[in-house]
Amino acid sequence: METFLNWFPLDLPLIAQNFDRFLVGVRVTLGLTFLSLALGAALAVPLAIARASRHRVLNPLVWTYTYVFRGTPLLVQTYLLYYGAGQFAFIRDSWLWDPVLSQAWWCALIAFTLNTAAYSTELLRGAIVDTPAGEVEAAIATGHSYCGRLRRIILPSAFRRAIPAYSNEVIFMLHGSVVASTITLQDILGVGRWLNGRYYLAYEGLITAAVLYFIIVFAITRVFRWLERRYLRHLERRREPAAAAVAPPMGIK
Amino acid sequence: MDLLIEYRSQLWAGLVTTVQIALASLFFSVALGLIGAWAKLSANRTARALAGAYTTLVRGVPDLVLIMLVFFGGQVTLNAIGAATGLWDYLEVSQFAAGALTIGVIFGAYFTETFRGAILAIPRGQIEAGISIGMSRPLLFRRIVWPQMVRYALPGFGNNWLVQLKTTALVSVIGLQDLVYNAFAAGRSTDALFTFMAAAFVIYLGLTALSDLGLRALERRYSRGVQRA
Repeated sequence: METFLNWFPLDLPLIAQNFDRFLVGVRVTLGLTFLSLALGAALAVPLAIARASRHRVLNPLVWTYTYVFRGTPLLVQTYLLYYGAGQFAFIRDSWLWDPVLSQAWWCALIAFTLNTAAYSTELLRGAIVDTPAGEVEAAIATGHSYCGRLRRIILPSAFRRAIPAYSNEVIFMLHGSVVASTITLQDILGVGRWLNGRYYLAYEGLITAAVLYFIIVFAITRVFRWLERRYLRHLERRREPAAAAVAPPMGIK
Repeated sequence: MDLLIEYRSQLWAGLVTTVQIALASLFFSVALGLIGAWAKLSANRTARALAGAYTTLVRGVPDLVLIMLVFFGGQVTLNAIGAATGLWDYLEVSQFAAGALTIGVIFGAYFTETFRGAILAIPRGQIEAGISIGMSRPLLFRRIVWPQMVRYALPGFGNNWLVQLKTTALVSVIGLQDLVYNAFAAGRSTDALFTFMAAAFVIYLGLTALSDLGLRALERRYSRGVQRA
């Protein structure tokens, strides 16, 4: 063991000593990522329904929102909220300032939520629009109302169709959550940078962070593979295996 | 607004750096993507395994972590090699090189998948037909695979580019004076961070909207002669 530690290029004991900090970082990263994903998904459902409708006001309104948030970097969105909000006295004096907008964690959560909601909206809109016309016609023919159609026919199958694309969004949100470390939060990368800075190292903190992220992505992929196998079983034979599995989230398309 | 006009040269310099780093990394990633797609589709098992490991690694680790590893770690590694071999003295890795290279490598993985999918979308019979009339491999690639591959790859290419453009914002974190960095610095010194970050926000939006329009024009051009359903 001794010889192995001497031979190994990274200072493993140091990483082990600080591992509890990394675990706190994991909690911050996972908390921010999944909380914003959950809130974003909750926002995305009504927005996607509006986007898929031909409503003359709602549709362009939601389109503008998704276009703007998908057309700008998450880093800039987060900076705008965290550093920008303080420019205005009326915001600093408002009831929102003290508990929310002066806190890095809240700013990160709000920015991440708005960002993922924009991507999820477009993704879900695509899945809704792809509903086979016959299914909708059949629902109308059996006397379903608009809400009934959505609830019983369109949304359940749209959610299923959206699973593969949504798994990409989840992984990209995890990747995006590193932005939190740039506004002082101690997420996984934040702890890695702290370790490197404190002990004047080049690798240990960042490599530990990379490994931790890798493990989380691996776990997420596993969960989604299970979900797909369970909820998309009826498509199994037609699906080309893992063809579109590695694609960045939608840009503007 | 007056502030923005006062600091316009700083914003402009940042915008130029952002566009430069985006284009430089795009160049790397398209080259890597073509190599990667070739490796993934090749009969060589090692090439396939290497390409698979490459895309898995990139998908597993966030961009900023890799950029920092290359920037801070790369410097130490290069100097350790230099000291051990005596081939070079102290080197400093530039933020631009580290950023362009890392983002290029990251998006190379996404382009690999895009190009792989595009090549697979070409009907097998066309390639067989080419072989059967005695086309050589390069000729087959130039006349049959490439023109169609471009068309099939364009939507994915466009998406990748838009994401890549936005990812370059992260390079400001290691100190490259791009749009975000300059806007932030100007905002700090004038106590008007909202104004300047909003300006950066709008400029990025302009860049992506412009790219979007350009890509649509390209798509129309390359789908000429294809029937629309």
